[in-house]
Amino acid sequence: MNMLAKNAPGSLLGNGKTLQAFRSEVTQRTKETGFYNGLSSLPFRESDPIGYEKLFSKIRGGLVHARETAKKIAASPIVEQEGELCFTLYNAVGDCILTSTGIIIHVGTMGAAIKYMIENDWESNPGIAPGDMFTNNDCSIGNVHPCDIATIVPVFAHGKLIGWVGGVTHVIDTGAVTPGSMSTGQVQRFGDGYQVTCRKTGVNDQPLRDWLHESQRSVRTPKYWILDERTRIAGCHMIRDMVEEIIAAEGLESYERFAFEVIEEGRRGLQSRIKAMTLPGTYRKVAFVDVPFKHEDVQTSSAFAKVDTIMHSPVEITIRPDASWRLDFEGASRWGWHTFNAHHVAFTSGIWVMMTQTLVPTQRINDGACFGTEFHLPKGTWCNPDDRRTGHAYAWHFLVSGWSALWRGLGQAYFSRGYLEEVNSGNANTSNWLQGGGINQDGEVHAVNSFEASSCGTGAMAIRDGLNHAAAIWNPEGDMGDIEIWEMAEPLLYLGRNVKCNSGGYGKYRGGCGFETLRMVWNAEDWTMFFMGNGYMNSDWGLMGGYPAATGYRFEAHDTGLAERIEQGLSLPLGGDLDPTEPAYEQHISAAARVKRDKQCMTTEDCYENHDLYLNYLRGGPGFGDPLEREISAIADDLNQGFVLPAYAEKVYGAVIAQDAKGYWAVDATATETRRLQIRAERLQRSQPTREWMREERERIVTKHASAPVQQMYASSFALSEKFLARFKAFWELPADWTLNEDELGVPVYGAKHRMDLSLLPDVHTVVQVEE
Amino acid sequence: MTTYTKEQVKNLVDGRLDWDTTTRMLTMPKDHERFRLYLEVLQERVSWPDRIVLPLGPALYIVQSATSKRWVTKCRCGHEFCDYRENWKLFANIHVRDTPESMREVYPTLLAPDTRWQVYREYYCPHCATQLDVEAPTPWYPVIHDFEPDIDTFYRDWLEMPLPERVD
Repeated sequence: MNMLAKNAPGSLLGNGKTLQAFRSEVTQRTKETGFYNGLSSLPFRESDPIGYEKLFSKIRGGLVHARETAKKIAASPIVEQEGELCFTLYNAVGDCILTSTGIIIHVGTMGAAIKYMIENDWESNPGIAPGDMFTNNDCSIGNVHPCDIATIVPVFAHGKLIGWVGGVTHVIDTGAVTPGSMSTGQVQRFGDGYQVTCRKTGVNDQPLRDWLHESQRSVRTPKYWILDERTRIAGCHMIRDMVEEIIAAEGLESYERFAFEVIEEGRRGLQSRIKAMTLPGTYRKVAFVDVPFKHEDVQTSSAFAKVDTIMHSPVEITIRPDASWRLDFEGASRWGWHTFNAHHVAFTSGIWVMMTQTLVPTQRINDGACFGTEFHLPKGTWCNPDDRRTGHAYAWHFLVSGWSALWRGLGQAYFSRGYLEEVNSGNANTSNWLQGGGINQDGEVHAVNSFEASSCGTGAMAIRDGLNHAAAIWNPEGDMGDIEIWEMAEPLLYLGRNVKCNSGGYGKYRGGCGFETLRMVWNAEDWTMFFMGNGYMNSDWGLMGGYPAATGYRFEAHDTGLAERIEQGLSLPLGGDLDPTEPAYEQHISAAARVKRDKQCMTTEDCYENHDLYLNYLRGGPGFGDPLEREISAIADDLNQGFVLPAYAEKVYGAVIAQDAKGYWAVDATATETRRLQIRAERLQRSQPTREWMREERERIVTKHASAPVQQMYASSFALSEKFLARFKAFWELPADWTLNEDELGVPVYGAKHRMDLSLLPDVHTVVQVEE
Repeated sequence: MTTYTKEQVKNLVDGRLDWDTTTRMLTMPKDHERFRLYLEVLQERVSWPDRIVLPLGPALYIVQSATSKRWVTKCRCGHEFCDYRENWKLFANIHVRDTPESMREVYPTLLAPDTRWQVYREYYCPHCATQLDVEAPTPWYPVIHDFEPDIDTFYRDWLEMPLPERVD
């Protein structure tokens, strides 16, 4: 029972213009002048810098305060412990003025929702009035994945619309085909969970009853859902009140001038930071990640999705003499029948989560940086799908992987310029995702998504090791959460929580290690779980001679006999899985247990009985520099803290090591020096000139000798980009008639040729914010 | 503007700078002088007379040849790879880990990628065998020309430093 609020044409803004016309003018002025809204100068900031800064501080403080206060309403550990929420203030046309801390990817995603409402005339139907609330989680118009639910509230002053405030939380479950907020198994939007498109869900500051009833029964975790909703509403209303107070104190004119100037200031800020920190030129990097869907433990409803594929994300970063820049993803592979696709706004907006940790570490986070960046995301790729059926539940599988290439590009710039303190070899693949559901310890239908992935290892710097179990790229405020809280939220007891040995990439400086938690199902009924992460591939690389982090693997055990072992007081599997190739857990469970220990880190819902085991291994970060240059004392520390396996300290670092009677490791510096010289000699012996190897590799390409997923990846990129194909053929000097098509690979090609974009639906105006 | 001494930059390069100063470097606006000090520190450490124009990695530089004034990519040990505009990796030695056995040398099986999906390509200096880069692509991937710096603009317009002479 949506309430129509009749807005007479042009009455909403009080200037005779419709929202759509006004936005079109702002966009046009920006395009024509290169300055946001044509602001070649910043008169407010220049004439009254103190007043301007006062406004900035009040608004930024209000946004952060609202986030910190509102999150206490939530019961979900994802929001309350991990901080997976964010509040953002927009001007009337949906461009972000400022945002809070938290999952700031939503600077762009909520803005995209507001722009969608503007371009599709929400102004006349359902109308926009004071006290309204709109809810959006639609991935086809810019949301990252359905579990990020946004509440959007219009802000009025002096009888006219002057902006919007948006609040987003990552909910535990969205009622997808399988439980957990980022589930797998569904291969299209239609199984991706409950999705609403900028729906009016509240009037007069009250959520509508149909919305409350419908939404709560559409998900598995209504208790958490409703408290998340209240979190978002409370935060939005706090911020709206704050804006009203500011306008009462400072005047509407000042506020509105600020609301546009601060975005242009953000655009300029990016440009000046690029000039201050990088150097002009062209940077080329690439990233990949595996989609192993052919395995029997991946159950899909559609046979055509049962194919192993690889995500390909090449990037060419061009930094121009005027310090503007272009990020070009030409050659990226096609979207697929899985849940890892990303809308172009998720991609472009998400990049700022990363950039605020390096290039623009400022509190002035808004759409200015986005206006200062030229994005080329070819239509039809995984980061700009051209089909309205695509699934997005775990878009992060591709996003975090693709962005690792950007770190390396920027790392090169910082290194060459001498800002070594800024160099980061890359970000971990932020997984595994422990998810599942069933009947929990309280006898309720429940779903879980452990957010321990908030604390993966970070990449090595050019001056020190990466941080162990510290962060996730998508949330600068991430936290692994307390065991006690997770045990309340999940029917899974902790049998261990340890640093993951050997998970950080080797190098002169080591990538940060991830961590691992061993969970035992306890007091659940009809319980299921699944794995989601990288296994057959790394998504990060090392930098300047460092190695990528370790890849993922899975460990699960059923029929463990642990109930009996506990009763009999026998030993139990506790702590970390020190060396996965020397299984230790298996010595403390029944010999008849069914154990899965392999590289298949992508699975779908499988049944777990009480006392079954699940290892949640959170990945490490990549390394920097030649490992043979690692300091002796650092290797000894790694050994003594369990950060590296002795065999690999020997093989990779060339360390000559010994352990004393108390178990303390020491590294012999002189012998290590000698051993390292031998390793250098071995390197020369086993290697060959690159051009020689290229001749051999070319032969393998000519004869099409490569696995099916590798060939499928190239074929999908070639089909989308003649430029990429031409470059590929030119590099390898392939015959003019050499081609590679998906048709010849004997794998399902459903969707490879026939697609339908959302924009082709009647009465739909999509908002495109990138070069396609 | 925050400034730092050459000693501090030297310590930074060595990974020994105190954390307080490092934090200041991270949080304060960047010091324009850094590049000049950085080059001075690096130049003092190499044994050859060529002038460093741009560092590319801990052991890799674009330099101006002391004799010919040509700009070339050069290893710390003195080995010259190629003209600075070319991809130095094409002039390096390569070792490709494309079998489970060779991959096991760097990671235990379950922590290593499956070589049917991904390989490691290690690039060594043909003279001193320093590992200068590790690529981790799928098989068939072209050797990536990572970085083509616009050094002229960087020196002249961004840093307002005299551009070292270059004979092409």
